[in-house]
Amino acid sequence: MAGAVTRVFSSKLLKTHPSLVQINVSHYSTTKGWSKSKKAFMTTLGMFAGGAGALLYALESSCVQAGDLELHPPHLKWSHSGWLDSFDHASIRRGYEVYKNVCAACHSARFVCYRNLVGVSHTEAEAKREAEEIMVEDGPNDKGDMFKRPGKLSDSFPSPYPNEEAARAANNGAYPPDLSYITAARHGAEDYVFHLLTGYMDPPAGVQIREGLYFNPYFLGGAIGMAQALYNEIIEYEDGTPATQAQLAKDVSTFLRWCAEPEHDTRKRFAIKALGLTALLSFGLFYLKRYKFSSLKSRKISFKPPSKQ
Amino acid sequence: MALSNTVYNLLFKRTSTFMLTIAVGSFAFERGFDRLTEYIWESHNHGKLWKHIKDKYE
Repeated sequence: MAGAVTRVFSSKLLKTHPSLVQINVSHYSTTKGWSKSKKAFMTTLGMFAGGAGALLYALESSCVQAGDLELHPPHLKWSHSGWLDSFDHASIRRGYEVYKNVCAACHSARFVCYRNLVGVSHTEAEAKREAEEIMVEDGPNDKGDMFKRPGKLSDSFPSPYPNEEAARAANNGAYPPDLSYITAARHGAEDYVFHLLTGYMDPPAGVQIREGLYFNPYFLGGAIGMAQALYNEIIEYEDGTPATQAQLAKDVSTFLRWCAEPEHDTRKRFAIKALGLTALLSFGLFYLKRYKFSSLKSRKISFKPPSKQ
Repeated sequence: MALSNTVYNLLFKRTSTFMLTIAVGSFAFERGFDRLTEYIWESHNHGKLWKHIKDKYE
């Protein structure tokens, strides 16, 4: 400690040098009149304060957060994780199958329309067939009555309940959230969705779970109103992919990420263009800087202090 | 030097040909740049994009 203090306060940083700039600085210095011991004391004090601050910061930002009762989902290597990686569109298509056959029984996705599937996971004809499977209330007709009609491309995905109160009444008071933007709305995004769907387990000893709730360590608080939904072979994929629980969860997480961020592929495609173009422009900017500075840099400036009489 | 002189005399010397060079050059650059970036995107994500799987469903 004493060695460090000596090195700091006797270092060249704290001494004045007979250069023009530092002479000016030393005129304004408030420590010029300090004795050697006072300088040593202030240096020690400063090092203690700085060290305590650094320790507090390190503790604050460390990964050990024993106060949390929440299990943070580990980050998985998705097929769209990298800077230039697009979505796996075959996975989006399988994820739509999972959503339609499993999730849609309780969850709505009000902000996704059948037309959004066109050119992403389905052809236009297929998306129309998907839409025609649902019945949509439309109207009023010329008699003023509401009527039911098959869905069109412009219709959004059907909601299983007419309103939130009906959804709560049917689900033991728990509201199944709308899944349109769920990966954008949850900490951990698709990692969270994947681990929530595959993370069901028996509650550990000492944890009481109320009737009608289930234990899931990835859910905040641990007690979740949704029962485990995905099991091996619960549906059969049309492309023959083995429908294991992990595969189902991975596909539906990819699908929900696409729902929340449909511009994802365009964004990354334009990242290639923008980075390439700015890389080219940087050469021009570098030349322009050299050009503008050449007159300044080749000029000689000298400062003549006024001579003392 | 001979080449740059020729380019200057043919393209850059007169305002009319200079503007034409800029217009044609930017068009050609954008076409080439777009093809390059699309090629990078599609070869990096080969087999994942909709255009690579859509022939299975049509």
